[in-house]
Amino acid sequence: MSAYDVAIIGAGPAGMAAAVEASRAGFSVVVFDEQDAPGGQIYRAIERADAGRLALMGEDYARGRALAEAFRTSSAVYMPGTIVWNVDASLRINYSGATGSGEVTAGSVIIATGAMERATPLPGWTLPGVMTAGALQILLKAHELVSDDTVLVGCGPLLFLVAQQMTEAGSPPRAVVETTAPGALRRALPHLFGALRAPAYLRKGLAMIRQLARAGVPVYRHAQAVAIEGREAAEAVSFTIKGQRHRISAGTVGLHQGVIPNQQITRLLGCEQDWSASQRCFVPRLDPFGETRIQNVYVAGDGAGIGGAVSAALGGRLAALRIAARAGKATTGEARSVMARLARDRAIRPFLEALYAPSDEVLVPADDTLVCRCEEVTAGQIREAVALGAPGPNQAKAFLRCGMGPCQGRICGPVVTEVIAAARRTPQDAVGYYRIRPPLKPLSVAEIAGLAPAAEGQPLD
Amino acid sequence: MFKRIATSRKARLSFDFEGHRLEAEDGDTVAAALLLAGERVLRSTAVSASERGPFCLMGVCFECLVEIDGIPNRQACMVKVLPGMRVRRQRGAARVGST
Repeated sequence: MSAYDVAIIGAGPAGMAAAVEASRAGFSVVVFDEQDAPGGQIYRAIERADAGRLALMGEDYARGRALAEAFRTSSAVYMPGTIVWNVDASLRINYSGATGSGEVTAGSVIIATGAMERATPLPGWTLPGVMTAGALQILLKAHELVSDDTVLVGCGPLLFLVAQQMTEAGSPPRAVVETTAPGALRRALPHLFGALRAPAYLRKGLAMIRQLARAGVPVYRHAQAVAIEGREAAEAVSFTIKGQRHRISAGTVGLHQGVIPNQQITRLLGCEQDWSASQRCFVPRLDPFGETRIQNVYVAGDGAGIGGAVSAALGGRLAALRIAARAGKATTGEARSVMARLARDRAIRPFLEALYAPSDEVLVPADDTLVCRCEEVTAGQIREAVALGAPGPNQAKAFLRCGMGPCQGRICGPVVTEVIAAARRTPQDAVGYYRIRPPLKPLSVAEIAGLAPAAEGQPLD
Repeated sequence: MFKRIATSRKARLSFDFEGHRLEAEDGDTVAAALLLAGERVLRSTAVSASERGPFCLMGVCFECLVEIDGIPNRQACMVKVLPGMRVRRQRGAARVGST
């Protein structure tokens, strides 16, 4: 079993920046990454990107290259293609990768596992051909694949970014169907002045929307009662605007309702979580440096609350600087100036959060809509369980098996909390969330058995 | 339908899907290669046998589970195509020792 000063989980902007800073401070550092190359989802396949792809994805993506280079040249031990499946309170980490299972211990852990897309339960959302908007972007970013029969549905900056990138790639979506409620802009306006502290984001957003208009991509606003139609796979998207039903044929549908922190590891460790009303998700309770209430456990990047790639890198650096300062090491950067930059970069968020609040249809879906895709449990069944006395997600799980399929509740968890909160007229943080247990991802018995001799010195046979 | 817009060519390789030979490029995940080949259905569910395809493509949703070289429950979005790989749809729940 190896011991490291700092173990970092995730190699997106937060994980890479944390690794660079922690290595610079002289720590021994290990970085675990599910993907086979650094970048996370936002800078995915950045090292393989040629000039054409960098131009297509834009300069915010290209910025990841310098960070990936700094990460590669740092002294951090990089473990690509490796799944962390347990972290315990004594900061022992179990992982499984190409070379089998293993265990390390760490003085400090930085959880940099980023964000995932908010689930978008709608009629027909399990049909083949329906994906997240982020999935369509991954296909473009990492594989240079684009579809020619796409309709994008939902809300949020990523929806427009994907539409713009597809347009740039020569395959514009047939339509963007926006689900933001009327009045969202009015509610966002009070935050506009604050957002002007980060004007580059506003400029980028306006440029994206202008490019879509120039390309003639139809944008439908304030769509309601969205449904994906199809027998064996997606065939069309239908929706209502001002009482009128629309239908657009589509073999590929990209859904998006914003992104939320990936909570698995902070939940597993029992870190306290708070409900963020503006981001509409749980966020781990952290001090200004990103440390959880568990000493020496930090969260950096979107997993700490959604802030985007620039903020994520700053957050990773900040956590590493804090660990260095605690250890009495000299550091090249200064925590205070990083904090100031972080505050400036995040100034856009209140505006975006108010403008692109997820739609109620998705947060609290209709009775016959599937919520748990794995175990095929509907919103109505969850409401029935509440009526029978299930006070929270863990009891609903015992009644219905929701959250017990292979995704382990990652997709349905946040929706189940919302559905129960609405049914009980109780705040989301009082309703709570699924208890998360190891292993964090499904493992073969061989992967667990492979660990035993190293850990205990006793072969299992 | 998906098409590739790559400006620079990578090494090509072939693999097997449900007994058919399919082409991929070096670096493609199984899910990406299948989507490019027009294959949207990768599995059917254990509960109702409804058909599913890739959804998140980042290892979160487990909708793209397939059988690869006889091993079930592999996430097609997390596994890179290797030459000669044998991929099959996963129908219903995986069975131990089914291969």
